[in-house]
This record gives sequence, structure tokens and C-alpha cells, in this order.
Amino acid sequence: MPDLIEKKNAGIPAQRAESAAEPKPEKARSLGLDAWHDLRRRPIFIVSSLLILLLIAIAIAPGLFTSVDPRAGDLRNHYLSPPNYGHLFQADWFGYDGQGRSIYARVLYGARASVVVGICVTAGVTVLGGLTGMIAGYFGGWVDTLVSRITDIFFGIPLLLGALVILNAFTSRTVWSVVFALIALGWTQMTRVMRGSVITVKQADYVTAAKALGAGTFRILFKHILPNAIAPVIVVATIALGGYIATEATLSFLGIGLQDPTISWGIDINSAQKVIRTAPFALFFPAGMLSLTVLAFIMLGDAVRDALDPKLR
Amino acid sequence: MAEPILEVKDLVKHYPLHQGILFKKQVGAVKAVDGISFELHKGETLGIVGESGCGKSTLAKVLMNLERATSGQVLYKGEDISRLSGAALKAVRRNIQMVFQDPYTSLNPRMTVGDIIGEPFEIHPEVAPKGDRRKAVQDLLDVVGLNPEYINRYPHQFSGGQRQRIGIARGLALKPEVIICDEPVSALDVSVQAQVINLLEQLQKDFELSYMFIAHDLSIVRHISDRVGVMYLGRMVEIGSDEEIYEHATHPYTQALLSAVPVPDPTGREGRERIILSGDIPSPANPPSGCRFRTRCWKAEERCSTELPLLAVPEIGEGPAKHASACHFAAVREPLAAAS
Repeated sequence: MPDLIEKKNAGIPAQRAESAAEPKPEKARSLGLDAWHDLRRRPIFIVSSLLILLLIAIAIAPGLFTSVDPRAGDLRNHYLSPPNYGHLFQADWFGYDGQGRSIYARVLYGARASVVVGICVTAGVTVLGGLTGMIAGYFGGWVDTLVSRITDIFFGIPLLLGALVILNAFTSRTVWSVVFALIALGWTQMTRVMRGSVITVKQADYVTAAKALGAGTFRILFKHILPNAIAPVIVVATIALGGYIATEATLSFLGIGLQDPTISWGIDINSAQKVIRTAPFALFFPAGMLSLTVLAFIMLGDAVRDALDPKLR
Repeated sequence: MAEPILEVKDLVKHYPLHQGILFKKQVGAVKAVDGISFELHKGETLGIVGESGCGKSTLAKVLMNLERATSGQVLYKGEDISRLSGAALKAVRRNIQMVFQDPYTSLNPRMTVGDIIGEPFEIHPEVAPKGDRRKAVQDLLDVVGLNPEYINRYPHQFSGGQRQRIGIARGLALKPEVIICDEPVSALDVSVQAQVINLLEQLQKDFELSYMFIAHDLSIVRHISDRVGVMYLGRMVEIGSDEEIYEHATHPYTQALLSAVPVPDPTGREGRERIILSGDIPSPANPPSGCRFRTRCWKAEERCSTELPLLAVPEIGEGPAKHASACHFAAVREPLAAAS
């Protein structure tokens, strides 16, 4: 019906081509909103985001989930196995570690280091890599060459070797020194993704149209290019987040990440691996928690990619 | 005739070709636009036709200062705008705007229609005071025949024709005097093309706009244009009023182009001769010497390869055949004229 009306009024501005007025103003739907509608119906998204929300809650307030002090050791409980039944959420639910500390409490308190490292490194690499990638992709020429070669240099450094060198330079290693090392070695991935994405977007007609209107570089970059180029970066960042958590645990396991007063799954996995035959539970719970977390973030990244990629719609 | 609003003199745009990775050496240039001159008057529509790759869109980009001209001048009301930059260029942009070919890529999918049409006001805040912008955007939507209630919608919620109307509204926002339309209807469905063309004509009357209308559809160009320029391989080969070009073409390329227009009348088809050109359009990086068209022209002689024909009024006959044509042997082709 609107078709017929449009034809009848063929381009006469006085009459609206679409004179059939909408019964009520329709709610505007952006691409982001469309993606959200799509995501809400995906079981993978629901499961992984619930897991992540729970994990963040644990990281913010582990005291809500247990009243046991994760650092209080009682050597009488040296590698005491978890009870066969019952004792949900009790200190001995997951058993005790070598110094008689509750593994349940340590798993909960260890979440904070992992979540902080994961989120901060992801935020850091996204901002740093996003900006460098945008500059390289948009300006091209020698700027692109310079940024790309620097990216190549950092990309060539093996992650563990580079982290070893950087972290050894710190006299006392905290969560923040691990975050720093991982950002310094990880931003190049985001630069490459962003650069490619910006190069595609900057050729779009709407960018030319903005230039023809006289828009400045800043406006073109942040109003036209960034919103259209960011989707692949978000996807890579979400998937990489799980990887950063795993890397933090790896570094702690190797003894170059976090150090003992800090509680981390990597440290606990390291101390438990010596007794894997006699007390497997001491390894199982922190390692299981780590796997679950990484899996949750990778599943989330997958779901987000499907929702943001218009080709899969 | 009155002072032209836009005057183009010997406009050249060459894209350099480089060789080597580290030490780049220029080995030639793609001569996309190679010495074009014409005038555009107030309230006039100048159609530019030519086959793909002849430099039509490059010409539009150079006129819009989206690409820097290699040499030549673009005079807007007597002032050369081809070398401007910064604030002076921004001021000129208020007066010359553009409508793009593909309405599916020329609107930012992450912005609402209100933001897209309102962006010119944000860039040029002096055009509309902040409080009036929403009203100004709704007025523009009304002018191009869209419901002003659609201000909060996103481009993907519109059809192709509606999107092109949004693009036109964006071009109109700054109240320009010249609008360069780069194939504004070729991405649209035929039934919608007519609507958009009618809208453009109506707007021209209402706002005294001058159009430069680039297209490859000859019948649309004839419908909308007062004058028509024909381009081949970066040069203007013939320019004149629509009657002069369509009924009394003197350049062989124009004649060949016109003979390819489908005629919707089976009886008229027999009385007319189709000119089939041999070969392909030569590379603009290495165009033929002398006349660009000589490699495909049935009239070509020795003189054509040595002497570049200039765009000038030939000394033939009287009446409509007397218009600028860049051919040494410019002449009205009789069967063509008879058929139409």
C-alpha cells in the first residue's frame, strides 16, 4: 500500500511520499540494539554471561561466598581430602592445600587476580591497539609504514619470553606489573585488526560525504570510522580476554607472574602439581575454575561475533 | 549570458603510477581527467555522460575538492577554489554539495536520519542555531518528501529511494547553490528513478539550484539537462544544449553512444543504423596520441594521430550543428539525424 501512494505522489515534495502516517512512532533500532535482540535468544550467550556475572561478583566480593580466610593455614589439615558428601560451601568443601588452607576459599579469592588481569589487559590493548590501528589505517602512507613496522617488531617477541624479561625487571610483582607486561606484548593484535577494519571503512561513501560537508579529521575518525570499524575489535578482544586470564595463570605457574601473598589460580596450580598423585583435588579445583572462566569468555566472544557480523545474519 | 557560477578551466587530474618498494619511482600516470573546461550557469543543469572509466566521477571528486587537481582551475563565482584549504575551503563547501551514487553506502549505518541530516549543521553551526536544528532537519525531511517523524530511524529501515532522498536532504541542508549529482539514480529501481529525478527538478525550481548531473543513462540525462557534455577517456569530446547533442551530434563518439540507446519503438528501429565500435576503451595510463578516440573511430586519418582536436565550434553549416565538438571531421551524421 505505501508503494502505491509513493508512486502516485512521485516526488512532489508538498505531499509526502509516505503520507500513510505511522500509527505510533516506532522505536528506533540501531545495529547494536539488533545485535542485542539477537544475543538475548542465544543459549550460549546466556550461559556464558551468567557465568561471567557470577565470576565478577566473586571477584568483587569473595567474602559473600565464604567466611573462611584463604590465608589462614592449619597444618593439621595438610592435603586433607574433601569430604565424600555434604559440606556444600563449607571450608572443607574442596579440601585443603599443603599448608592446610581451604581450597574453596582460595579458589574464590583467586578469581579477583584473574578477572582484574583479564579485564584490564583487554581494556588496555583495545584502547592502545585501537588508537594505533585507527591512526595507521586512516592516515596511511609513512604513518602506516611506521606503525606497522613497530607492530611487527612487538609481534615478533614470543609472549612468554617477553613477559619473562619485562616481569624480571620489577622488584616486586603485583597484578599491575602483569597487566603492564601483557598489554605491552598484546596490543599489536588489536592494532592489526583495527587497521584492516579502518582501511575498509574509510573508503565508504559516507566518509567521503562527511569530507564533502567539511568535517574535520577528528569528527570523521570518531563519528564515522570508529563506530563502523570497532565490531571486529570487540570480537577479538572478547575472545582474547580468556586468553589473557590463561596467560596470567601460566606466568604465575612459572613463578614469574604473581607472588605468594597474592592469591591466584596459577600459583595454586603450581604448588599442587607436585602432589597430583596423592592430592589431585588440590590441582583440580583451581584448574577447573580457570578452564571454566576461559571457556565462558571464549563462548561469549563467539556469540558476540555471530551477532555483530552482518554476513552471518 | 550571465556570469557562470562554476567555471572549469583546463582541469587535469593525474594519478601517479609508482614502481619499486623502497625507492618509489614514478613510471607514469593514469590520466583520469586530462584538460577539461566548461561552464555551469545559475539554475542550469549540465549533464555529463560517458562510459565507465572515462573520468566522470573523478571530475566530480576534483570539483568537490575531495581530490586535489593536478593542474587547472575551478572558479566558483570567479574565485579559484581548487587550491583552497582549511577554513576557506570549508566556507566554499557550504555552496557546493554532492549527492552520491549508492544510497546504501553513502549513509552512515550507525547514525540516525536526524544525525545524518543534522551533521552539516554541526559542522557549520552558523547555518542553523542549536535550538532550531531539530526543526530544520524535520523541514528538510518534509522538503524531500519523507515523513518528519522518521527522524529517529536508522538508514537500514528505509528503501533505496527513501535513502536517496535522505542523501539529497543532507546535500540541501547547507542551502548550496551548486549540487554535483554523481549518478544519483543509477543504483535505484527504474520506477523509483523517476521519483528521484522529479524531486531533483522540483528542488531546482524551488531553490534555484545548479546541477552537474553525472550519469551513463542517456535518456535520463536528456530529460533533466539543459546542456550536455560528453566525455571520453578523460576529455570532453562534445558539449552543447540537449537538442544539439541528441539531435545534431557532430562527434563520432557521441554518434556511436547515441546509436546504442534502445528505442522502444519497433518500427523506428529499422530506419536507424547502429554504430558498433571495435576494440576496447584504451588505458588512461597510456592514451593514444592525438585524438583519444582515433583508435576506435571510423573517420580516423593520419592527422588524428598527430594533431589533438580541440573542443571548438566547427566551421560547418548553420543552426544546431554549430556547437563545440572536439573532432577534426565534425559533421552531423545524416542517417542518425533522419532516424530521430
